[in-house]
Amino acid sequence: MAETPSDLKSTPLTPDHIARGARMASFAGWNMPIQYEGIIAEALHTRSRASCFDICHMGEFLLKGDVNTCGLERIVTAPLKDAPTGSCRYGSILNEKGGVMDDLIVYRKAKDEWMIVVNAATIEKDKKHFQAHLAGPVEFLDLSDQIGKIDLQGPLSREAVVRLAPKAAALEYYTFIETEVLGKKTIVSRTGYTGELGFELYFPARDIPALWQALLRDTRVKPAGLGARDVLRLEMGYSLYGQDIDDDTTPLEAGLEKFVDFKKDFIGKSALASQKARGLKRRRVFFRSLSRRSPRHLHRIFVDGRDAGVVTSGTFSPHTNGGIGMGFLENISAPKGLPLTVGDDKIRIESVVADKPFVERTSLKN
Amino acid sequence: MNIPQGLYFTKEHEWVKIDGGAGTIGITDYAQHSLGDVTFVELPKTGAALKQFQIMATIESVKAASDIYAPVSGTITETNQELNANPALINQDCYAKGWIAKVKLADPGETGNLMDPDSYKTYVEGLA
Repeated sequence: MAETPSDLKSTPLTPDHIARGARMASFAGWNMPIQYEGIIAEALHTRSRASCFDICHMGEFLLKGDVNTCGLERIVTAPLKDAPTGSCRYGSILNEKGGVMDDLIVYRKAKDEWMIVVNAATIEKDKKHFQAHLAGPVEFLDLSDQIGKIDLQGPLSREAVVRLAPKAAALEYYTFIETEVLGKKTIVSRTGYTGELGFELYFPARDIPALWQALLRDTRVKPAGLGARDVLRLEMGYSLYGQDIDDDTTPLEAGLEKFVDFKKDFIGKSALASQKARGLKRRRVFFRSLSRRSPRHLHRIFVDGRDAGVVTSGTFSPHTNGGIGMGFLENISAPKGLPLTVGDDKIRIESVVADKPFVERTSLKN
Repeated sequence: MNIPQGLYFTKEHEWVKIDGGAGTIGITDYAQHSLGDVTFVELPKTGAALKQFQIMATIESVKAASDIYAPVSGTITETNQELNANPALINQDCYAKGWIAKVKLADPGETGNLMDPDSYKTYVEGLA
């Protein structure tokens, strides 16, 4: 069913994007800025300076309960019970078949208090899953409408964020603080989706235009759209839920095993264990094209002329000055350097298996 | 929206400049703006025959690949090799440095199937 503009949800920042001349398009049911001055310029600016992104569409849940008894540890693949207060954990929630229902980040706010950040398109599905599997004395709230989020990403992002949140200066990678910004309670985490040094700011949704404008008052910071965000995450080899991973893909197939704690019990564990025992048929592959041509979502991957898999994400990379992509190969091992051909009925792109990330020595851990 | 005088236009947003029996082909400002950053152009081969409104080239942007349609029939005499290393010329200067191909016209009367600048302007303004 086609989405008409009236079906689309707007973020509190939508009027600001339109006023700044952003090109808007629908993403996961939301009317989002795809680009401002241009995808390549915005991607390069993020890698060299700092950009801010409207990520208000994503979902936030608040959970109060004992991690060992309320079911949270069984729902999420990442190890949580030993996570220090003030730390973040990236992981997945799985169905019984081991398929990825969503990828998410869990924030430990206190011993028994958690914020869970999920993808926009999966908020309702995730909420039902949590509610079905939480047990005992537990409080679960969907705060997605009340919490807005801005990502500030790039090598200069720390200098920019400390003007508004001085305590964020000391944040280590994948930790967060609860502080006050512009007089409002704010969570600032050192996380992101670009591979650069960066911060995510969770702020009251209705007040968030003031934060957006305050960040952009720093002339080194420019707004960037979802187009640049997609290029930046693919240059790092990060998966996009719904495109690179989905309910029919396991974390093992997707190359996300390191975010699964096999020492604990979790939903989907037995399916993953038996998949491991049988051996993987389908495996994640990263590749770059030998030209400026870009692989695209759902292009086929050919090895020695034989259809051997599918592209899940592809783009032009300003960093490598060529096409890059990720996908799945069936029943084939794909060592670095293996020649591939990628394309469809009309297009054939000579490519080669590569390591991720496609961009190295970023400011991520600065 | 830049729509220069002296050119003919297609509904698919190509332009052709006629000079006697020869034509120069490119894509319009509306097209380059819609595509966003152009990252690759698959140029036709010199000597290739073009048929009006048939696919003559492929163009890629960060977001997608699209076809370019021939505004006129003819034979390719030259292509813009600068685009191989710098396809962004199409974004920067689509009516001059970002030209795509030159052709020897098969039938100068085909311009009757194309829009003049005023008609193209009206056409573009009618697009949502």
